[in-house]
Order: sequence, then structure tokens, then C-alpha cells
Amino acid sequence: MKHRLMLFLPLLGFLLLSGLLYRGLSMEPAGRESAMIGQPFPAFELATLADPGQQVDASLLQGQVTLVNVWGEWCPTCKQEMPQLQALAQEGVHLVGIDYKDKREKGRAFLAQYGNPFTLNIFDPEGRLGFDLGVYGAPETFLVDADGVIRYHHTGYIAPHEVTEVILPEVARWRE
Amino acid sequence: MARMTTWLLCLLMGVCLPALAAEEMRAFEDPVLEARYAELTAVLRCPKCQNQAINDSASPIAGDMRERVYQLLHQGQSDQQILDYMVQRFGDYVLYNPRLEGRTLLLWGLPVVLMLMGGLLVFVLVRARRHAAAQGLSDSERARLASLLGSDAADDSRAGRESSARGGQRSDT
Repeated sequence: MKHRLMLFLPLLGFLLLSGLLYRGLSMEPAGRESAMIGQPFPAFELATLADPGQQVDASLLQGQVTLVNVWGEWCPTCKQEMPQLQALAQEGVHLVGIDYKDKREKGRAFLAQYGNPFTLNIFDPEGRLGFDLGVYGAPETFLVDADGVIRYHHTGYIAPHEVTEVILPEVARWRE
Repeated sequence: MARMTTWLLCLLMGVCLPALAAEEMRAFEDPVLEARYAELTAVLRCPKCQNQAINDSASPIAGDMRERVYQLLHQGQSDQQILDYMVQRFGDYVLYNPRLEGRTLLLWGLPVVLMLMGGLLVFVLVRARRHAAAQGLSDSERARLASLLGSDAADDSRAGRESSARGGQRSDT
């Protein structure tokens, strides 16, 4: 009798494997965690979008919790994301933008059209800072704590419901 | 016919040409660096793509990574340093060969363990089968066999002779 039950072992193995693979099918491939979590924000020295003469570096992110959003005029999803960023700014979140692989005039026109929730925009035309952040598309959002350490990463679009469900709780968590 | 084949071949080659354009031409003075570049861009995976090496992808980030590999090679960095540099930014995802560490032990070890278990299973099964064949029937099994076959096969040795005789007859015809 025991021997007979053993015949079900291959079926059991198959079911286990199917379950594992089925779960993999419904997983978001881009949803993997950033390698930068827990790392200090990479060093950089770049001009701001508003003023080519004004150089900023990573010390910009010291002293308060900052949400760093990577965007570009060429990125359609970024346009859809702007209302959510405006809402976050109204909630008192300190926002810094990185205008990624963009042209200065286009970046400025984007902000003029869709609004500017950022206290400052870093202009990164060659994507060098983006590369050091492990950015491979836009939008991407990083939460940096008051010590300049990256604490949370959001790949892609921040949906309206995620403003209150995900982003604001993360900001509150790292403000403590 | 041969001419047509030639024409077809030319046409097909023309169709394939744009695929080569994904990767830019790079000048290498040192053939060793060139070989290392080819190797590194084949084992680094494009983070934007599902399953493409950076030497195979036309996505902008793959181009940036190739450029960075090229620069780092010329700065004299080792292959391992370059791989670490990429992992530091883009995570383990960019390595086609995951590193051997605590977290990936199961990944690397499982195939070996499964092979060993399979081998052991085959060994045990074969031995058990041989053992059973060599042992023959016990007294109680003999009695049970006799009752199953009926009274005419009660004598075990006679049954054996009959069957071999029948076998002999069959080979004659």
C-alpha cells in the first residue's frame, strides 16, 4: 500500500513545479528591488535645469527626507505621473527632480505645461547620474532619508492610489 | 536554379543587415581588450529587456552599459571589477551567471543534488530488482502460485518442463 502511494511522488513534484512557475508568470518582471537601497545617494556634480551656472551635488539631499523623481520630456508616463507628484508636494513632501536624458528647452517646456512640483531639478542630459542610480527608464522614484541614504525605490508609474497607500507612508516612516 | 539561389541569398543577407546595427563599431588597439569587451557584453544582461545580453539589445541603457564597459576596460579595470560595478548599480539581475554565495547556493547546488538523488534512485531500483530475480520464490509463494494456476500446475518442476517443451515445439514450426 505504501508502495502504491509512492507512485504519486512524480505527480506531486510536477504540481509543486507548476505552482512555482505559475506564480512566476504573474510576477512583474520590472518590479525587482533596486540595488541602491541602503546605499548613499551617488556622488554627482551637475547643473540645475533652471540655471546652467548653478552646480549642485549630493549634499543637496542632506537634512531632510526627499523624494527624487527621474523624469524626461520624452517620457509619456511621466506626464501622467505629474498630478500625483503635485499631490505629494501639496502634502508637504520635499521633491527633487532629475531631468534625465533630456534637452534643456524641452525639459523646461514640460514643467511649464504640466506644472512643477519640484523644489529643484537636476539636469542630467547624458544620463550619468541616472546610470549611477541604476536607472534604465523613466519614471523612477527614490526616497532619500535625511542622511542622504536611499531607503525606498519605486520603478515606473506612481498610480493615484499609490500616493496615499505607498508613497506617503514610506515618507512618514523615514521621517521618524 | 543556382543563380536564383544566389539572388535569394543576397536578398536574405540584406534583410539581416539591420539587425547588426544594434551595436556600434568600436576601435580597439589591443585585441585582448576587444576579446574581453566581447565576452563582457555577452554575459551582462540588459536591465530593460526580459532576456537579452547588452551586446544584443538596441535599448538605450544597453548602449550606455556597453559604452561604460568600453571606458572601464580602457581604465585598466579587471573583468570582475567591471561586473561588480554593474551589479552595484543594476543589481544581480544583470549577471547571466549568478554569483556563488549563500543566497544562490540552492540555485547552483540543486541540479547537483537532484542528479545525485536520481543516480541513487536508479542504483537502488536496479539492485532491488536483481536481488528479487536472484532469490526465486519462497515456499509460501510457491503454494500460492500453485493454487492460482490450479491443480494441473501443482507440480512446479513438471510445469517448467512442459513450458520449455512447448517453447521447443514452437521453434520447430
